[in-house]
Amino acid sequence: MPYAQFKIIDIHARIKLKIKVNTKPFGEIEVAEAQVIDFPEGILGFDFIRKFVILDSGDEGSPFKWMQAFDEKNLAFVIIRPEDFMKKYELVISQNDYEAVGASGPEDLLVFAIVTIPENPSNMTANLQGPVIINPVKKLGRQAISLSDSYNVRHRIMDEINKQTKAGGR
Amino acid sequence: MLVLARKLNESIMIGDDIEVVVIDIKGDQVKLGINAPRKVSVHRKEIYQEIKQENIAAISSDFTPGTLRDLSDLFKKDKDKK
Repeated sequence: MPYAQFKIIDIHARIKLKIKVNTKPFGEIEVAEAQVIDFPEGILGFDFIRKFVILDSGDEGSPFKWMQAFDEKNLAFVIIRPEDFMKKYELVISQNDYEAVGASGPEDLLVFAIVTIPENPSNMTANLQGPVIINPVKKLGRQAISLSDSYNVRHRIMDEINKQTKAGGR
Repeated sequence: MLVLARKLNESIMIGDDIEVVVIDIKGDQVKLGINAPRKVSVHRKEIYQEIKQENIAAISSDFTPGTLRDLSDLFKKDKDKK
């Protein structure tokens, strides 16, 4: 069956397809095409960036990732999953935000908070008012707006971690 | 800009399915109730500005790869404690 065989090769080639990206943290690297996420509306203040690549920080055991603008080397955000510094996090966003990335609920999404690292790095904060939501299946992303009163644009990450440790009974 | 005067409990319609009701008026604060389909997002305008400013602050963060590695270690210590 030559046709079926051709199809298998085609799928294989697509999985392996790599593209070059100029990154702020690592210079020029190759990533799998599947790592490129479309942000049809960009993110607030950067609506001209329509594609981001999510990269591991490269440090073993690190909770941080990079959200690198595909066409702008110097535009890269440090991001973190809220679960990695908060014991209890709940994504509360509008239907509109879910629909924009082709998701029907939180179970379809990867959720990240953008991290701001000030002069004293241990005062780093995470933005939970505008969580970045990504539908990994559809490769669609968006900065949503939290509808919960519990979240703001600057959550001190170390405070949250310390809360967790205390709650752990130590 | 269209300007409409409304009293307490009066409302305006935006299109066929968005209603804005004046629920309470106290001094310089007005409480508005909004009835809109779920797919319409309704947020205070400042929220957009706050998120935008924080995105700009995040991108302006100046730190070395070493800083990020040190910060990662803070999480590891936390995990070891548990």
